[in-house]
Amino acid sequence: MTLGLAFDLLLACALLWSAWRTLSTPRLDRAIILFIAFGLLMTIAWIRLSAPDIALAEAAIGAGLTGALLLDAYGALRQRKRRRKAS
Amino acid sequence: MKALAKTFVVVWLALVFVAAAIGAMLELGPAALDLRAPVTDHLTDTGVSHPVTAVLLNYRGYDTLLEIAVLLLALLGILAAGGAAGSAAPKAAHPMLQASARLAAPLMILVAVYLLWAGAFLPGGAFQAGAVLAAAAVLLHLVGLTRGWDSPRLRLRLGLAGGFALFLAVAAALLTQGALLGFPPAWAGELIMLIEAGLTVSLGLILAGFFLFLSRDLR
Repeated sequence: MTLGLAFDLLLACALLWSAWRTLSTPRLDRAIILFIAFGLLMTIAWIRLSAPDIALAEAAIGAGLTGALLLDAYGALRQRKRRRKAS
Repeated sequence: MKALAKTFVVVWLALVFVAAAIGAMLELGPAALDLRAPVTDHLTDTGVSHPVTAVLLNYRGYDTLLEIAVLLLALLGILAAGGAAGSAAPKAAHPMLQASARLAAPLMILVAVYLLWAGAFLPGGAFQAGAVLAAAAVLLHLVGLTRGWDSPRLRLRLGLAGGFALFLAVAAALLTQGALLGFPPAWAGELIMLIEAGLTVSLGLILAGFFLFLSRDLR
């Protein structure tokens, strides 16, 4: 019981920390990676709350698809910037 | 000094707000309406044995119907706002990466079908299955095996709107029997499986579309 509580507290701290870092880090690529990490931690939180349905959806949509979309957008932004510099 | 004082005030106000929010949460009474017992009591009439799926597709099927409509609308918005299409061939990734994507994609489709099937009695269901399908499509696109999508042709349009149309058709057909989405217990299971199968395909295409339509003119 206490082990579970300790894990939950650790998870809550990690969630808050990764959320804060996602918003405060100045580099976009790091923010995206942290966002994905936040999504995966959120998945564990949903499992701890015994809601496996939401955990599945969070892992697939929140962390997976949204993360990939953000990474793709970041890549496109960088490419555009490079092209502008070259011309 | 002034900036420091301002930061101090902001942080202090934020802490007060957090404390007030936590206090309000702790003072919440028990829910006015406890629906757990009715949900489990009528579970045998819903056609599925997993309570979450029963709520999503039988008790509150109306919400799910509107949910898929909202997703479809979002995709239509993207298509309407999309600029000139000019999709160059995608940059091919490392052959090793391509080979592992080729291996992973069929497995992901298998997982999606399993999630759809398991939704009737275990955690899972159309939304998760659709997301896995979409992830497979995105993976194939990212390693350069498939191109981004240009404006959708008839087949793709049918796939995108099919799940919603099927759901709506079932809802309309049931309306003639009595209530909107009031499934008759005898074949509720089959109807829900039919709707979920349609939803999975459409959701996979819609979620993949968010990715593949958006990325078409940036590469």
